[in-house]
Amino acid sequence: MDALYSIPIIGLIIQFVAYFITELPGFSSVIVAAAIPIALGAMCGFMNERSGVVNIGIEGMMLTAAFVAWWSASIAGQIVPDVDFGVLGITLPLLIGLLAAIAAAMLVSAVHAWLSISVRADQIISGTIINIFAAAITGYLNLLISQHSPPSAGTFDKWRVPHLLTDLPVIGWLFKAFLGVGPIGLLTFISVIVLQVLLYRSRWGLRTRAVGEHPKAAETVGIDVIRLRYRNVILGGVFAGLAGAYLTIEFGNSFQGDMTAGRGFIALAALIFGRWTPVGAFGAALLFTTSIGLQRSIQFATPDPPLGDVLSNLPFQFYSALPYLITIIVLAGVVGRSVAPAADGQPYERESRAA
Amino acid sequence: MTERAAAPSTMGSWLKRARAVMLLPAISILLALVLGAIVIFLSSPLINGWDPLLPLKAYRSLAIGSFGSVNALVNTLVNATPLVFAGLAVGIGFKGGLFNIGGQGQFLVGALAATAAAIGLGGASPLVAIPLSLLAGMAGGLAWGFVPGFLKAFTGAHEVVTTIMLNFVAVQLVSFVIGGPLRGTGPEVTFDRTDDIGNLLPVLIGRNGHLGLVLAALVVPLAWWLLYRSTTGFEIRTVGANPDAARYAGMHPRWLTTLTLSLCGLLAGLAGATQILGEVGYMPASYGTTVGFDGIAVALLGRAHPVGILFAALLFGAMHAGAGLMQAQAEVPVQLVGVLQAVILFFLAAELVVRRLLRVRTAGTGVGTELETISRSYGEQTSR
Repeated sequence: MDALYSIPIIGLIIQFVAYFITELPGFSSVIVAAAIPIALGAMCGFMNERSGVVNIGIEGMMLTAAFVAWWSASIAGQIVPDVDFGVLGITLPLLIGLLAAIAAAMLVSAVHAWLSISVRADQIISGTIINIFAAAITGYLNLLISQHSPPSAGTFDKWRVPHLLTDLPVIGWLFKAFLGVGPIGLLTFISVIVLQVLLYRSRWGLRTRAVGEHPKAAETVGIDVIRLRYRNVILGGVFAGLAGAYLTIEFGNSFQGDMTAGRGFIALAALIFGRWTPVGAFGAALLFTTSIGLQRSIQFATPDPPLGDVLSNLPFQFYSALPYLITIIVLAGVVGRSVAPAADGQPYERESRAA
Repeated sequence: MTERAAAPSTMGSWLKRARAVMLLPAISILLALVLGAIVIFLSSPLINGWDPLLPLKAYRSLAIGSFGSVNALVNTLVNATPLVFAGLAVGIGFKGGLFNIGGQGQFLVGALAATAAAIGLGGASPLVAIPLSLLAGMAGGLAWGFVPGFLKAFTGAHEVVTTIMLNFVAVQLVSFVIGGPLRGTGPEVTFDRTDDIGNLLPVLIGRNGHLGLVLAALVVPLAWWLLYRSTTGFEIRTVGANPDAARYAGMHPRWLTTLTLSLCGLLAGLAGATQILGEVGYMPASYGTTVGFDGIAVALLGRAHPVGILFAALLFGAMHAGAGLMQAQAEVPVQLVGVLQAVILFFLAAELVVRRLLRVRTAGTGVGTELETISRSYGEQTSR
């Protein structure tokens, strides 16, 4: 093997692949844990953009949900009895936090829907307003609340995957990485698959695609464009709600200002990279967070030279910037193309009906 | 609509127009202040118990902190300076049918380039160092605007997405350069940052009124001249209103798109350069700023017109300047400014509804047609 590695460039690639395959099981759970909120955010974007509404406010929706989940779980923990449902660490306060986060994100989505669909305001501006407002109001309230240092309501537990699955040869680590997550994580995988099937195999999916590509044609065959867009955008809020809640009551147990740290925008990138499909976006989210996992792995298990020299000399910022660079390259059509739904971003104006 | 702006026939019609243009922003600001007061009141139990007077106290401190003294006034101007540049960086984009969300990244790269130049020119006379550092900042921002402009024009990649992505790339770039090659060695360096480069831009008025103020004041008429009096500006606006018509008229929409975003980048880069060289005096590896999004707010409130942008920047600059005193005296967090900003934008975006509700007749936002070009192009981005 070492002889192979010394071939210039190609040897490096071979060594990288070998390193990647040996180390992947070790850092796979880091990758999956980081990919979950991004995939959920992308599902929110998916629901919006597939029906023709651009959403750059995913970041703000996630941040709002993260704050609401943490705060309402904390308050609920002080008021309601601490009922434990016995599965995945689900307690009554946490459940209340989760539902409140979903409700909050749906409310923000409803504002986005109203501005984009009814008022026909510019959808990018609407998203910008959501981002500015969410950052400001959560920062404002967090500053006031954290002075009283509210108790944390804890987090959901990860599923302890049965040894039967994790001990399987070769693929056991996959089960451990993907199934060894909390309830929101498990819900993510289910949603991705369900949405993918619904998009191409259900009446709702066909209608959503029609409304996103050619709303006029959809209206002529009797689809209520406005109503479908409203419904999809508001339902999209559910996923932003889950994404936010994941950050403060599953992955972590506290809230900090601007803690989404651009995840909503990576979600947008994942949606584009995944060509506006749920499974594609999920794959993109995993690919993007792999660079985080890789960076972590290089710190703990530096590969032998020559690969080790190359990888550890690349600044960690390079790995962090990689998802964004890849998205730009893909959008520019250098490697494959990613085409947005044709009516994405266009407000729909119903033709006036004869009285 | 711009032709009307260019040729007011009499003083009376000018006043009427000014009223029509300013009514909606004024209403939006007023409604935002009312809503802000409600937010303060509702959150008062978290501060010192229910206090219906807290909103008044907060607004009073806000006003004193921004207009109450000479230093406060100068501070307002200092805070408005980057907003003027950033607002123009978005507003000129609007005129050219482009939505520049990349102000953040262009600001950071501009700041980085200016810092690098200032450090490199450490021993040189200020007469050389100041213009060269500012030029470096402009060049950095320009590069960060050129990329999405070029990609939009020649590959169809939508600038909204590419500029957002480049914002994050810029954050990493700054983190790398300042944390690595440019990391300072002096005793003041207790975290990843450069050495003190001092305030290269001379202070002209008050405690901190630096040269950047003058540049901002100069850039406004320059931008106005460029947009409304030069051939290039006419072409930029034509592409913004209707790229097809521009092409049939023999203009080059692709190069104009590239040029417009490069120009936007240059202005945002200048914002970064003046901020570091005039106000901060060093560059940290993680420079937290919301100037890119503030620029969008400024451009929208100023209706993408240079004069409007100047006033909007002064308003938001005043809020930023007074926010510190508000938090110190009334214990209302500075983030209230962001809330006010978002609410103002909300009412501007929902202008049709506001107009119907209040039964006011005013001119449109002035960015209507251009924005249509932007949103519509989103779905077509790669179908060219």
